[in-house]
Amino acid sequence: MKKIRIVLPAVFLAVLVCCLCAPISSSIAAPDVTHFTLKNGLEVVVIPDRRTPVVTHMVWYRVGAADEEPGKSGLAHFLEHLMFKGTAKNPAGRFSRVVGTIGGQENAFTSSDYTGYYQRVSRDKLKEMMEFEADRMTGLVLTDDVVKPELNVVLEEQNQRVANSPVAKLGEEVQAALYLNHPYGRPVIGWRHEIEKLTRDDALAFYRKFYTPNNAILVIAGDVTADEVKKLAEETYGKVARVSELPPRKRPQEPEQRSVRTVTLSDPRVAQPSLQRSYLVPSIATAKAGEAEALEVLSHILGSGTNCRLYTTLVMQKQIAVSAGAWYQNSSLDDTRFGVSGTPRPNVTLPQLDEAIDAVIADLADKGVTADELERAKSRLVAETIYAQDNQATLARWFGGGMTTGSTVEGIRAWPDRIKTVTADQVRDAARQWLDKRRSVTGFLIKDTARPEEKRS
Amino acid sequence: MTMPVTRLSLLGAVLAAALACSDPAAATKIERVVSPGGIEAWLVREPAVPLIAMDFAMEGGGNQDPAEKPGVGHLASSLLDEGAGDLDARAFQQRMDRSAIELGFRVARDDFRGSLRVLRDKTDEGFELLRLALNAPRFDTDAIERNREQVLSGLRRETTSPNDIGSRLWWRTAFPDHPYGRPLNGTLESVPLISRDDLKAYTGRVFARDKLKIGVVGDIDATTLGPLLDKVFGALPAKGNRASVAPARMEAMGRRLFVDLKVPQAVLNFGGIGIARKDPDFIPAFILNHIMGGGSFSSRLYKEVREKRGLVYSVYTYLLPLDETALLMGGTQTRSEKADETLDLIQAEIKQLIDSGPTADELDKAKSYLKGAYALNFDTSTKIAGQLVQIQLDNLGIDYIERRGAMIDKVTLDDIKRVAKRLLDGGILVTVVGRTQDNPAKKEGG
Repeated sequence: MKKIRIVLPAVFLAVLVCCLCAPISSSIAAPDVTHFTLKNGLEVVVIPDRRTPVVTHMVWYRVGAADEEPGKSGLAHFLEHLMFKGTAKNPAGRFSRVVGTIGGQENAFTSSDYTGYYQRVSRDKLKEMMEFEADRMTGLVLTDDVVKPELNVVLEEQNQRVANSPVAKLGEEVQAALYLNHPYGRPVIGWRHEIEKLTRDDALAFYRKFYTPNNAILVIAGDVTADEVKKLAEETYGKVARVSELPPRKRPQEPEQRSVRTVTLSDPRVAQPSLQRSYLVPSIATAKAGEAEALEVLSHILGSGTNCRLYTTLVMQKQIAVSAGAWYQNSSLDDTRFGVSGTPRPNVTLPQLDEAIDAVIADLADKGVTADELERAKSRLVAETIYAQDNQATLARWFGGGMTTGSTVEGIRAWPDRIKTVTADQVRDAARQWLDKRRSVTGFLIKDTARPEEKRS
Repeated sequence: MTMPVTRLSLLGAVLAAALACSDPAAATKIERVVSPGGIEAWLVREPAVPLIAMDFAMEGGGNQDPAEKPGVGHLASSLLDEGAGDLDARAFQQRMDRSAIELGFRVARDDFRGSLRVLRDKTDEGFELLRLALNAPRFDTDAIERNREQVLSGLRRETTSPNDIGSRLWWRTAFPDHPYGRPLNGTLESVPLISRDDLKAYTGRVFARDKLKIGVVGDIDATTLGPLLDKVFGALPAKGNRASVAPARMEAMGRRLFVDLKVPQAVLNFGGIGIARKDPDFIPAFILNHIMGGGSFSSRLYKEVREKRGLVYSVYTYLLPLDETALLMGGTQTRSEKADETLDLIQAEIKQLIDSGPTADELDKAKSYLKGAYALNFDTSTKIAGQLVQIQLDNLGIDYIERRGAMIDKVTLDDIKRVAKRLLDGGILVTVVGRTQDNPAKKEGG
């Protein structure tokens, strides 16, 4: 229902949503989160929500696309698909059939840093879900009969998400150009020529290395108590033996970035040009104290909603843009991205819009933000955490997403309090230090006029 | 880092909305509230989270747009929080921001929909801003032009998006002479023509107390809510002045239309005759659709088209009962050279299901799913408020949540077979947008 004014490419929307919903507060009637670890190393987080007799059951693995070997891009995501292909105990289809029969919802997702699986079911089915999920933690069985059609499904997914969309293709190019050395430059879904060559053996090797209770986090939100969950977790997941020991997740890091980069994607199907820029910035996990919080507030003041600097200056006052906004992907194990985007009005060129965006950022870095802007941004960010308490699945995602990207339960719970302490000087300093164009890539999406027009009926 | 890539695209939300059907599991207690001024709302009290969510609907959506100016209702909806009363757009938006108030407005084909989400401590401010938006929208020139540019920008993007090209072609072919054939957000030709008077005329005719349905959820009681309802809706006219809309008869059934567009993946939309929400056989049809292509990993189309053959990432069907027609819709996307094979397979699967009906086991599992899944529509305030409005719009009765399970239970295989004969009667209209040179049968047919 919410009106979207900042027209962002689809790939960025998910990110934007994530960055708005940073974690939740312990100080504002927050749920009573419990955290413990089983003997086999599985971490467990319980978030009670007793309003409706349903639970959200999620397992998060500390593995994502950035943990793939070079040349095997898309493997983490391909394995995610294959995790639905059955085990010795529960042959292909049984788990989904049970979820379907009881009226549950299920799905899975992959990012650069994590892979997750979930079911949303009525509370009395929780143990059954835990048994199934514990079984496929180490019991996956794969045959070429199921692997080969699924590879085609993933290729169709790549078509649907990326290949059919010029905006999404440009997003991949910008990210690849931003990361000079870190595997975050690879698309989570993979490069098509590499996805095509992924095999059953690749998937199983990856699975055996990373899918082990000591590399997973169980998050349960809903109509349960911590005691109940502890007992059920010991009876199910507690029986899964460790299959591997994993070293710390150390990926190749970025060198000092020195050059202003631009990439241009031209396609005959671009009827509306647009611009998207990413800066390399610290994440919650890599930032110095207070820096990620300042970047969060900065992204809000600079580019969230219709009261932000970019919108009021470029869309309302100068009237050179149709939309403009910014986002900050705060949860990330290594250095992350701060994004800016804009869509020009007709007769405004992308370089003109680019320059105008630079001027808005320069002005903020030079003069700082007003007390009113700071207060509005902070109260809005804190309010988001209260709204989030209305949705158990959102809460489960915050904790799972935070804990797989280097945050602790305590750090996640304290996030609203950390936001409240941000000062105007910190926001200005964050803009000065991190929104340095030499740390950025700007992508231009333009119409390719060299080729003949598409014929449409 | 980056977009999570999920196993199934996010059609679930769309499907759930389209299939606003129901079951008991939810321990949801609904109270009928009538304000001192006589305005009715359904309320679910929930003190656990300090917020209030309200959804409402008023009859008269895109179907009220002037025939030569589609997009009026859509543009008007985008402007309600862009200046109202004494507040210009900037001032209005800042007041929303300061109190973290979320207002949402949109037009559907038959209705105007609105929503408010507000923290308990900001209740009065939230209802006050909503009152201004509905009763005194300013439609200032600069706000109109800004929003018009945004709509036009979106429309330009749509001209080369296979999904939008396909959907627009489908609707205008199926309903060439009816408001349903015209796009809700208008066209590149119509939107520049929309005047301030058109916008005011839309809200003047549609915003009224008759045909108003309201659902409220959160930390608020009936006594507190009543006067707030009067404040927001009390000054609206007692009766709307809506244009009557003729029944819509779907055309072009049995046709396949191709649009050539250089994209790697073809986008397929299809649809045919469905069933009205008030039809006594709606529930059997709803179950049949679930088995065919409903929202789970066990539908026939999911298994045959995706799982066994790897032809697609997503494939789905859904019932779309509208006020003036009823449809069964579906869609999928596949590499261009496989478009025909995929379509033939989908049509064969649908035909087989309609001719022979499901198995007893499929029926049992579908019933079990539909009963169990209902509770998941009631686990957030926003979702519950939406359900309260939908149940009222569908005229199902305040006890529907309790009755729904039994309605599903009593459906027999014979019921399903009977209703199957009515669904898609006359065939389906298909649109395919992709590279037709890859496609051996780019002629119309089938």
